[in-house]
Amino acid sequence: MSTATPTRTPDNDASSRDTDNTARLRRTLQYGVLGVLTLLFVSPLLYMLSTAFKTTGDAASPDPQWIPDNPTTQAFEAILDNDGTPVVRWLVNSLVAAGLQSLLIVATAALAGYALARMDFAGKKWIFGIIIGTLFIPPVILLIPNYLITSRIGWLDTLAAVIVPGAAGAFGVFFMRQFFLGLPIELEEAAYVDGAGRLRTFLSIALPMAGPALATLAVITFLAFWNDYLWPVIVCQNNCTLPAGLRLLQRQFTGDPGLVMAGAVVAAIPVLILYLALQRYIVQSVASSGIKG
Amino acid sequence: MTTTQTLDDASRDVRPDAARGTPGTGRGQHENRDAYLFLAPYLLLFVAFVIAPFGYGLWISLHEYDYSLPEKPWVGLDNYTGLVDGTSPYAEAFWDSMKATWIFTVLSVPLLLVLPLLVAMVMNEKFRGRNLFRAMYFAPYVLGVAVVAVLWRYLLDSNIGLVNHYLGVLGLPSDTAWLTSQPWAWISLVGVTVWWTLGFNAIIYLAALGEISPDLYEAARMDGANGWQRFVHVTLPGLRPVLLFVTSVTIIASVNMFGQSFLMTQGGPGTETRTAIYQIADTGLTNFNSGDSTAMSMIFSFFLMLVSVLVFFLFRDRQPEGNRR
Repeated sequence: MSTATPTRTPDNDASSRDTDNTARLRRTLQYGVLGVLTLLFVSPLLYMLSTAFKTTGDAASPDPQWIPDNPTTQAFEAILDNDGTPVVRWLVNSLVAAGLQSLLIVATAALAGYALARMDFAGKKWIFGIIIGTLFIPPVILLIPNYLITSRIGWLDTLAAVIVPGAAGAFGVFFMRQFFLGLPIELEEAAYVDGAGRLRTFLSIALPMAGPALATLAVITFLAFWNDYLWPVIVCQNNCTLPAGLRLLQRQFTGDPGLVMAGAVVAAIPVLILYLALQRYIVQSVASSGIKG
Repeated sequence: MTTTQTLDDASRDVRPDAARGTPGTGRGQHENRDAYLFLAPYLLLFVAFVIAPFGYGLWISLHEYDYSLPEKPWVGLDNYTGLVDGTSPYAEAFWDSMKATWIFTVLSVPLLLVLPLLVAMVMNEKFRGRNLFRAMYFAPYVLGVAVVAVLWRYLLDSNIGLVNHYLGVLGLPSDTAWLTSQPWAWISLVGVTVWWTLGFNAIIYLAALGEISPDLYEAARMDGANGWQRFVHVTLPGLRPVLLFVTSVTIIASVNMFGQSFLMTQGGPGTETRTAIYQIADTGLTNFNSGDSTAMSMIFSFFLMLVSVLVFFLFRDRQPEGNRR
């Protein structure tokens, strides 16, 4: 904790000793609050980690052990060796599906958003109006019909069911259109006059400038996928992705929380590592979604 | 939701006027073709998984639609009227689930609007470890609801849970059935939801707080405004644009709550924490009653849109300067 006076003291016109005291009190209070919050946010995760390394008896014991008395990897072995609970496969499937869906959304939304921002074509007003209109439709309206459609085209219990229908939302197109509208037009005009076609202008001029927007959209859609529960659980129940998988795990090992926690750890660790590595970027994307929203 | 540009602003075309040419000559004639080629991949998805299911859903809701049976007779608005006047066998379950959704929303939204703001205000200063703290509070959101719910189900277990253990240590009742009795089931669901998504709203608030000019605080201080007055007259107006966003997103998320209740309480005790989404999915997919289920989703959406419009006007009326960057 530094003793330097904070840039914003509460009362400039109070006497300097008062200011020092208030500042110190404020700082103490601030770190106090932050400390309590950290405890609340981190300790459950640490406990999950610790429980994953406990014996069956210790994991189900009412006396908490923050550090396992008898550390063991038997819970991991039990779920990783079990063909009925392929946690690693669920995790890989989830990561692949989230990645592919982000890619699909970013690619289709960038193209469509560019057309809506820069091109003039018959029926544009109608198409744009309808796309925007669907932003206001609660997705649950599409739940049952989309389930039936997905089932009819034979996609149930495949990753396609988890990836493709969810990529049809209008948000990405709207987001990219707004971004392209904000770009200066001169470079594209110059390329166009030089004889570059639409696609070339788009690929060589507009798209490179859209890098940060594309990344933001990718992060937002990845997180949305990761936190969606209902759709993946209904269309892909067998050996698909984590949502249905963890439920299966929870049902199968009700009496053995150590195994369930080991599954949760396997599901959580790679994501946490990915998150910590890209932390600044992910946080920025979410923050900008609110400000630009 | 606020937008940086208004929806109807004219798009700008990259072609200078000279390049337009007369119809039938030069590039102009390819414009339609090019534009639709750009739009085609998205429109394919959009028609298949938004427009078609929307129409299909309406159609289903007007039929007695059990997809496991060959006959799906037309029933007009019966699915709707049955739910509204209570003659449908699902009416009671549906309105109970609407009530549960309402309870959850009323309990969770205020907390999810206020607590993240407090956290953001505590963090809205430069201090050592700021990014680390911010990263920790956002971590649960990154884990996803499945991991979060599975973890908390264990921590809230009435016999072996950590929560009851520490309550006992503090001399409080240590046998609370957090997930199987009321009002504890609601408290658990709301608490876990706050734990899971607080970081998301806090990050958005924090970014918005950073955009408020320190000069405004300085000026308010010069005018003798105390902390509360500065909050009311500087902070809140500065947050107004994101407040609409955060409020809408939070309400929509709470109204659509499903995973927490499905994984932690299984809708119990009884069906008391079974939300509307839960009921809709259950009616359509477990009981194969798609007609009733889609009618429920339409009624539910009607209420949701009503709330959204209300929120929108609530914030817009008090927003004289319009959209801010």
